Amino acid sequence: MQPGNCLYVGGIRDTVAHVLEMRGINKSFFGTTVLKDVDLAVDAGEIHALVGENGAGKSTLMNILFGMPVIHNTGGYEGQILVDGEQVEIPSPGVAMQLGIGMVHQEFMLMPGFTVTENIKLNREISRPNLLSRIISDKLELLDVSQMGKDSRQALDKLGVDIDHWLPVAGLPVGYMQFVEIAREIDKSQVKALVFDEPTAVLTESEAELFLGAVQRLSEAGLAILFISHRLAEVVAVAHRITVLRDGEVVGRLSQNGVKVERIAEMMVGRQIKRPALPPRTSEPSDDDIILETKNLEVQMPGERLKGLNLAVRRGEILGLGGLAGHGKVAVANGIMGLYPASGSVRIEGRELPLNDPAAALQSRLAFVSEDRRGTGLLLDESIEDNIAFTSMQSQNRFLKGSVPWQGLRVRDGEAIRKQALKTIEELDIRCTGPEQPVRRLSGGNQQKVCLARALTLSPRILFASEPTRGIDVGAKSLVLDLLVKFNRELGMTVVLTSSELAELRMICDRIAIIYQGRLVGILTPDDSDVEFGLMMAGGRVSEVGVG
Amino acid sequence: MKERLRNLIAQLGVPRVIIIGFVLALFVIAYSTKLPIGPLFSASLVRVGMNGVLVLAMVPTISAGVGLNFGLPVGVLCGLVGALISMQMDFKGFMGFIMAILFSLPLAVLAGWGYAALLNKVKGQEMMVGTYLGFSSVAGMCIFWLLAPFDNPELVWAIGGQGLRYTLTLDNHFGKVLNRLFQVSFGGLEIPLGLLGFFGLMCLLVHLFFSTKMGLAVKAAGANPRFAQASGIDPDRTRTVGVVLSTVLGAIGIVVYAQSYGFIQLYMAPLMMAFPAVAAILIGGANLQRATIGHVILGTFLFQTLLTTALPVTSRVIQGDISEVARLIISNGMILYALTRGDGRETA
Repeated sequence: MQPGNCLYVGGIRDTVAHVLEMRGINKSFFGTTVLKDVDLAVDAGEIHALVGENGAGKSTLMNILFGMPVIHNTGGYEGQILVDGEQVEIPSPGVAMQLGIGMVHQEFMLMPGFTVTENIKLNREISRPNLLSRIISDKLELLDVSQMGKDSRQALDKLGVDIDHWLPVAGLPVGYMQFVEIAREIDKSQVKALVFDEPTAVLTESEAELFLGAVQRLSEAGLAILFISHRLAEVVAVAHRITVLRDGEVVGRLSQNGVKVERIAEMMVGRQIKRPALPPRTSEPSDDDIILETKNLEVQMPGERLKGLNLAVRRGEILGLGGLAGHGKVAVANGIMGLYPASGSVRIEGRELPLNDPAAALQSRLAFVSEDRRGTGLLLDESIEDNIAFTSMQSQNRFLKGSVPWQGLRVRDGEAIRKQALKTIEELDIRCTGPEQPVRRLSGGNQQKVCLARALTLSPRILFASEPTRGIDVGAKSLVLDLLVKFNRELGMTVVLTSSELAELRMICDRIAIIYQGRLVGILTPDDSDVEFGLMMAGGRVSEVGVG
Repeated sequence: MKERLRNLIAQLGVPRVIIIGFVLALFVIAYSTKLPIGPLFSASLVRVGMNGVLVLAMVPTISAGVGLNFGLPVGVLCGLVGALISMQMDFKGFMGFIMAILFSLPLAVLAGWGYAALLNKVKGQEMMVGTYLGFSSVAGMCIFWLLAPFDNPELVWAIGGQGLRYTLTLDNHFGKVLNRLFQVSFGGLEIPLGLLGFFGLMCLLVHLFFSTKMGLAVKAAGANPRFAQASGIDPDRTRTVGVVLSTVLGAIGIVVYAQSYGFIQLYMAPLMMAFPAVAAILIGGANLQRATIGHVILGTFLFQTLLTTALPVTSRVIQGDISEVARLIISNGMILYALTRGDGRETA
């Protein structure tokens, strides 16, 4: 059965019962709307792709479908879920499973020491009664190992994978672990619909190919498949229909016929960016004056590995680092600042920077505003003034008084610290009761300003700002961006801004480097089209873009 | 008024309010049973000065993020060796006290450094490892006491001439030198100004240290190692500094303790030395993440006053001695309470 394309256009709902349907889903977290009237329907034998940027609402939608506690704990949702045309309530993941909806997770939930069969049959073992179990308890029934093996074999064959089902999972290649995970879901006899959350993210290309073949086979066998992915090429290759989410809204429904990757990319990103006129400079940054250059920089940051970055930063520019979460853009600044193990080479004004040495990075007058504001960025129980002065005191011996032969025993100069704190509090407009207020009691936006104030106090040559607007309200966001522009224009600071929000990168950056799978795919200007941004973030290259 | 009282209780914490209440109750009973209050109070003050530095030794490790220093016996042993060297070389009086501290300092720095290197390898279990390091070094030093080349007849066994005695009197050396220094009598109260002054001086020095660049780095790395690292600080190094400082204070602390007690006790005596100090600072309001000089002073005062008054008062009221039992219940109970309180670290 081939799903019809004509049945599903715009918001019109047909009368045929879908295997899985979500109607008019609305959800907000603490007053912020994350899903607006989302409709989604998947038919039997269909591969339905759900695509969107980070934060578009994909995971929230899936959390609703599986009745995750996070949804109920935050006030529930509006809308209906239908399975086989009947409205259902899904208060917990267990209920979703009983209704025949399976989920294959991004992270594997397997027991490494158990065999493939044991993993597939985990907690659903087949057992035979015996004398003892009849007398005492059915917990004492013996396992029907051969039947379990046969079932597992069947599930694996359905996927078209040729692995020995008696092997332990521990030694299997990552791709095969994914298959075991899927086999477990399809072995549940009542499963009707399967959800794949970024299934190919951890696979190599050949593994991904094998995997997509298996998915196609499953859909041919009549399963309804919902496929969430960032890899647009594979989406176009296997999906029958595609739903595009952006900012919690369905912005496009496409059918397989004649879809171009570019079209999807444009839909994913597509917002009209109003680029405000930024203050002019006396001289424009250029490739003739490079302040920082990385060669083959690798950073071992968990979940954000950088696998060899070659990037040149021009003196006096605001360089944006963009890309999807997990692809390594955050690791750039963390690696250069020595916070995560790094290798390769970083040159600052032609001089080699020692890696894995935060003190050396600070001494080279680099400053860092961490994406982990409450963890790495602040001493939450200390005062605003101490937070502002601390790094300068430790790395530059400022704000100290007294003359002793050893810097370490010089005493904190409260007066100088107070003066600097009052000055920066005013400059950055930090809303507080005074410089002695503990930063824990400040709002997110003001905490971020304290982080910026500390960086500013270091009077750096290069400022790395990682996700400086994450988790702060809209008004504070634009203030923070304005500050970065101000630092750049008035103090001549070179700024490297890492952000998941493409819109803000395009608002203030001179150039935007896109990181994909730990490598630089290209550098765009803010005026480049949405298509180019969308494509690059999905790993594609547009031929005329040079790689810096 | 009610509001203010509630604020005060919130600020002090319920356990402190209970203990303060208990101490006050003891004094009321002492007064009503016609026990002399003056000598009781004087004895308490002496014990505060006697134990204070050992309690103060808890501050650097807590601030450095290592937790309570259950390995305090490491420092104590260094102090004892220093005291023995001073006695062996026959320094008398106040000079003996000063020399005991000076001899113990390099030992304490060295031992503290090794202790810190060990703790840096077992992050997250510092207190458990510290406890057993303390126990095993006390046991190990028993061999040293037997074999050490001391030959001053006052120190070694009278028969055989080798091996240090269990208990050595300090009468001819530096016994009570601080206790007697600037001791003033004031309306029936004996106030050991020299002893308390020395404790105050140590508190001041530690307080000063924590406002230096190094001290602030130690504190920051203890509160949030990631933050400290991002400011160019090596958290392992600041932890080492904290542990060394604590060990040094442990060494000075035992010398002060010994001069006040009038005796030096060797062999298994230092085994449980850490526990009263740990209990005192916890009673003062410190927790595993935060300790101040204020906690040290309040805690030492409450804990020691409790111990000195409980014995005579209870023996007046009920027949028999429950002060030792009370001491164990309070000190160990306090440690248990502090360790089980849901004060998990925000950043691991």
